[in-house]
Amino acid sequence: MNAEAIHQTLKKRFPDGVGELHTETIDPWIEVQPEHIADVCRFCKEDEALGFDFLSNLTGVDAHNDLLVVYHLYAYGKRHSAVLKVRVPKGKPVTKTVTTVWRTANWFERECYDLLGVRFEGHPDLRRLLLPDDWEGHPLRKEYMFPTEYGGIDNTRDYGF
Amino acid sequence: MATLRTQEMELNMGPHHPSTHGVIRFILRTDGEVVSECKPDVGYLHRSIEKIGELCTYNGFMPYTDRVDYVAAMNANFAYALAVEKLAGIECPRRGDLLRIITAELGRISSHLIAVGTMAMDVGAITPFPYALRERERVNDLLEEICGARLTFNYHRIGGVGWDMPEGWDKKVLKFCDNFARITDEFDRLITKNHIFIERLGEVVVIPAEDAIDFGLSGPNLRASGVDFDLRRDEPYSLYKELEFEVPVGMDGPGYAVGDCYNRFVVRVHEMRESLRIVRQCVAKLPETAGENPIPKPKNFKVKENECYVRSEAPRGEMGIYVVSDGSDKAWRYRARTGSFTAMGAVEHLSAGIMLADLVALVASFDVVAPEIDR
Repeated sequence: MNAEAIHQTLKKRFPDGVGELHTETIDPWIEVQPEHIADVCRFCKEDEALGFDFLSNLTGVDAHNDLLVVYHLYAYGKRHSAVLKVRVPKGKPVTKTVTTVWRTANWFERECYDLLGVRFEGHPDLRRLLLPDDWEGHPLRKEYMFPTEYGGIDNTRDYGF
Repeated sequence: MATLRTQEMELNMGPHHPSTHGVIRFILRTDGEVVSECKPDVGYLHRSIEKIGELCTYNGFMPYTDRVDYVAAMNANFAYALAVEKLAGIECPRRGDLLRIITAELGRISSHLIAVGTMAMDVGAITPFPYALRERERVNDLLEEICGARLTFNYHRIGGVGWDMPEGWDKKVLKFCDNFARITDEFDRLITKNHIFIERLGEVVVIPAEDAIDFGLSGPNLRASGVDFDLRRDEPYSLYKELEFEVPVGMDGPGYAVGDCYNRFVVRVHEMRESLRIVRQCVAKLPETAGENPIPKPKNFKVKENECYVRSEAPRGEMGIYVVSDGSDKAWRYRARTGSFTAMGAVEHLSAGIMLADLVALVASFDVVAPEIDR
């Protein structure tokens, strides 16, 4: 299936949850409402014509006032792929987990939470993955300021030369 | 007689443990030798490579990709170059592509040598490891001759390679291929077909194909579970369309079954043979491109707003590079999806109820390396 056909299938099943198909990028992508993402993903996996059994990648992108969560799906049987995006405001970055659809989403979502601060409702174990537990902030956000000290040790010592 | 009371114990394995392949910590709950829960604690090697990707120019970021997977840096170079080329619409000359495939497949051989060598060592067979490393040194010699480095190569470029091959290098590569073909057979006699080894790993932690896909396993780990899929053949990039090679998948046999640790080992041994075939074919094609310049001009460029996700077959599975551009000469977002990351994520799900020693075998059979998990 091509991107248009995939989009139409999803739009027909979720008229409210699925937005426009964006074709201006190399990989066309489909916008999905955060409250519908888990259902849309489940449908993507279980629908026979779609058959997206593989969540190839899940990540987040800073989009100025919002955060985008990006899902790269692939179907081993059908050999087609799709890109879904969920837009959440930076002030309240909450979306639904897809760990119930693909178990591989567990660490992807933890990483996305760690580095961008997106909260995935329903995730069984949403903790930081890569950074220390006491780390402050989410470094992949554009407004992130590099810390000048960690654990009382200065990172910015000036040697004067 | 009174029964002995047993109690679950919480154990730390790592971060510095010989079998964790880098700095990784496992928090275990065990009942004697049986693991009831294993939570990997990763991030000790996090160098914020994805953040650095937003701060460097497209060309300037290439050396950092070496560090994404420093056991197979060529393949990480290749993945990044492919992604930015697609994003910016840059073509790679044919000679550049051939040199990239030769070096990437040599990189795969040297990476798989580490994988099979350490895997045998982790379950108690020390001898194969030095043999594997001896061969890896020869690969490193070849790669050093073409780019000056033995580990972090920084050889591939966006739109080509950093240097053309030195005179006579292709002959040395062919010589290596001839020797190595013999050595893979020796390696089979030494360990692959060793009965003790098969009994140790056969039918240990069997992962059915459906689970393997759901866990996001990719590359050799996925193929060992019987999924016949290789990005080089099924979603061909670069010049792989023109090349002939087999895709080894897991098999049932006496004492072993599709999806077990033994199959994850054997698939890698076979893949090294197939890489040799690919290298030979590419070397044979090199004379057609004599006189072509594979080296792109080292200038900065800007990429208008766009994004793409490019998957390539790295030794540790699918390396997916997602690049978002914003019109400047730096990426707005650089993302590396790696095989080790998803494999390590699966350990948590697979470890309940297995023996502690089998956990070591499982992690070894996944061929995870810490830098590729943590980036």
